[in-house]
Amino acid sequence: MPGFGASAGVTESSKSAFHLWQGFSIAAVIIGGLTVVLMLYAVLRYRRKGDAIPPQHQYHLPLEVFYTVVPILVVFGLFAATLVVENKATANPKTNVVVNVNAFQWGWQFLYPGTNALVYGQTTASPVMEIPVNTNVHINLTSTDVIHGFYVRAFNFSRYALPGVVNQFTIRAQSTGMFFGQCTQLCGLYHSLMFFRVKVVSASEYAAWLATFNNPTGIANAAAALKTTNAELASGVASKTSYTKFGR
Amino acid sequence: MTDVLDPPVHLEHHDDGHEEHHGPTGILNWLTSTDHKVIGLSYTVTSVIMLVIGGLFAEIVRGQLASPNGNLVSLAQYNELFTMHGSVMIYLFAGPFAFGALANIIVPIQIGAPDMAFPRLNALSYWLYLGGSITMLSGFFTAGGAANFGWVGYAPLSNSLNSPGSGADLWIGGLLLTGFSAIFTGVNLAATIFYLRAPGMTMFRMPIFTWNMLVTAILILLAFPVLTAGLIMLYCDRHFGTHIYSVAGGGVPVLWQHIFWFWGHPEVYILALPFFGMVTEVIAVFSRKPVFGYKGMIFATLTIAALSLGVWAHHMFTTGVVLLPFFSIMSLLIAVPTGIKMFNWIGTMWRGQVWFSTSMLMALGFLFTFLIGGLTGIYLASPPLDFFTHDTYFVIAHFHSVVMALVFGAMAGLYYWGPKITGYLLNERIGKIQFWFLFIGTQVFTFPLYILGLQGMPRRMAVYPNDPQWKTLNDISTLGAVLIGVSTIFFVINVVVSWKKYPAGDNPWDAQTLEWFTTSPPPHHNFYRLPQIRSERPTWDHNHPDHLSLHHGEHDGVHQTEGSPQ
Repeated sequence: MPGFGASAGVTESSKSAFHLWQGFSIAAVIIGGLTVVLMLYAVLRYRRKGDAIPPQHQYHLPLEVFYTVVPILVVFGLFAATLVVENKATANPKTNVVVNVNAFQWGWQFLYPGTNALVYGQTTASPVMEIPVNTNVHINLTSTDVIHGFYVRAFNFSRYALPGVVNQFTIRAQSTGMFFGQCTQLCGLYHSLMFFRVKVVSASEYAAWLATFNNPTGIANAAAALKTTNAELASGVASKTSYTKFGR
Repeated sequence: MTDVLDPPVHLEHHDDGHEEHHGPTGILNWLTSTDHKVIGLSYTVTSVIMLVIGGLFAEIVRGQLASPNGNLVSLAQYNELFTMHGSVMIYLFAGPFAFGALANIIVPIQIGAPDMAFPRLNALSYWLYLGGSITMLSGFFTAGGAANFGWVGYAPLSNSLNSPGSGADLWIGGLLLTGFSAIFTGVNLAATIFYLRAPGMTMFRMPIFTWNMLVTAILILLAFPVLTAGLIMLYCDRHFGTHIYSVAGGGVPVLWQHIFWFWGHPEVYILALPFFGMVTEVIAVFSRKPVFGYKGMIFATLTIAALSLGVWAHHMFTTGVVLLPFFSIMSLLIAVPTGIKMFNWIGTMWRGQVWFSTSMLMALGFLFTFLIGGLTGIYLASPPLDFFTHDTYFVIAHFHSVVMALVFGAMAGLYYWGPKITGYLLNERIGKIQFWFLFIGTQVFTFPLYILGLQGMPRRMAVYPNDPQWKTLNDISTLGAVLIGVSTIFFVINVVVSWKKYPAGDNPWDAQTLEWFTTSPPPHHNFYRLPQIRSERPTWDHNHPDHLSLHHGEHDGVHQTEGSPQ
């Protein structure tokens, strides 16, 4: 089946979003094609041929009811499909791998709670968030200044990093590799350079990577980062936790 | 059927062409006039100038994107340019052109009123609009430059810490002024339509354009005060130390988005409904038929307006703090009344005599471009699909298909009603050249952007990763933008070439509604006499008494002879 410009991506929910995309596209092509054909037929077949006045028909109730009811049915079909995929995309199954992602002007900080791992980088330094393959990875996303957008094309997913709100979602990458990510929400001067990458590796490689932080410098860095982040997030965050309930 | 042939009602007893109004003339007339036609013409000229200014910003933006590391403008200037491009087009062109320019001139004449209900308030609306426009644009002349946080001004980027310049304050001030202008025009339109209709002009005999303007006016009254309140709170956050949108003081940044889009999504229909109305009239007239499903069309408009008040958070699916299914189904449902309109437009042309005037071509350009914009909008109503297209060029492409459709509608309206307003026709040959540049340009401009968005290019990027495919797609899109620019030049040439050259006469299109019954341009209080109003197209009934509208199953009566002399 053609992709209609989109691609399947590498996560479980990116694939279901892609299939939903294909379904919507087929509906759009059929409905749009039909409309264009009707439009062209009307325009060409009934183009002006003289000064005769055509019959002045104004109403055709059965026809009008038909093209009211059919779109309603189509819309509810699309909505049902949407609900199925949406529930997958926003589900948060239990997992042990957690990454706290803090966005700031103009870079990203990836903290791995319970470990000493910490990645930090600005603009074109393009920091790398490393995650294990075939594992549910829980992301706690927030911002320490303005609104940013966490977007990885290969995941077919984006979510705002909002100051004062911790947005939570789960990704499950199904193939390894390096994937490009970028801030999508205008955040000031260097918005167009606010890059990051996601590196999906095997479970053993992931464990080895985490272990590289277990040295005095790594431990000190992680402790300092945690302290700063907590201080930054403390400004009004606690009272806003209920705010995340709709997005889960 | 003979009752329709009753002699027209004479309102005043003097000869046509003798204007009894003796006001000031020239510039003093323009400055002091409360005549809705003069004010409407001021609106028309001002808003078309805004269209050109906004278009120039767009051309610079596209020029910058012609290469990945473009250095036509700096990062900071780029942010100002796209912010002001969006702001000028949405706040200063599309809305004011629709309800300030065309509705102001046409609605009173369509319903047989002598003027708007509150002529002085109408003048105030225009001066607020002009003042607001100058205020907003003057940001470019301040030290910090114009507003640079996007036309949506999301908090906390728009607070005094992140956007300290006075350009941001001028943006807020300009928007407040044009907002009040819109509110006053909304009051004026609603009052005029409710209270100043001519005898016989019942609600269900009002032309679709007037109906759409009534619904637009009501939406303005519901939506704009919310924006005004939001802007004042933003200003307080910036200057008076409040923390309404900032986390630090216990405020909620997302509140701005709720307020902005609670105005912003009805605003989409405040912009679109007038243009729906324009093309409805144009398609009916140039098919020589009544509007197909007239009443269905009105109910579709009312349904769109009602639904539009409950869909604002579909702009906020990726915030993670809104109830997804509710806003998804409400947004999807808007496709239904919009589809009804689309099929009604096709039904209007069906078995008609479709006359390819420039105005009609523009209306057909609207149909096609709006169809593309409408269909791609359905994707965005589905949260999982919005998650990966939000803030990418897919969204840019979607709403540019929609707003470019509105530009087609505006042009259809100008070519159709221009002769009524000025008394002179525009050149059809140049008009058709303009149409083809605009039509091809629009599609060449938008299609690459859809693909670009799906390939992951975010919006509002002054520079982008050096991917050859992204560059090619951007270049094609820039070419389309240039073609659109060329079409605008043809429009300006047309106005110059046709200046007072082709007298229009009262009714050059054999049109159907009341405004075509009076002279072009209409006299000071619009009418010397009115026809009997027995349907929504009194001028047609008067000119073609043997060709009245038919219901399904009815046939033309014994009076009708095909091709009978008019």
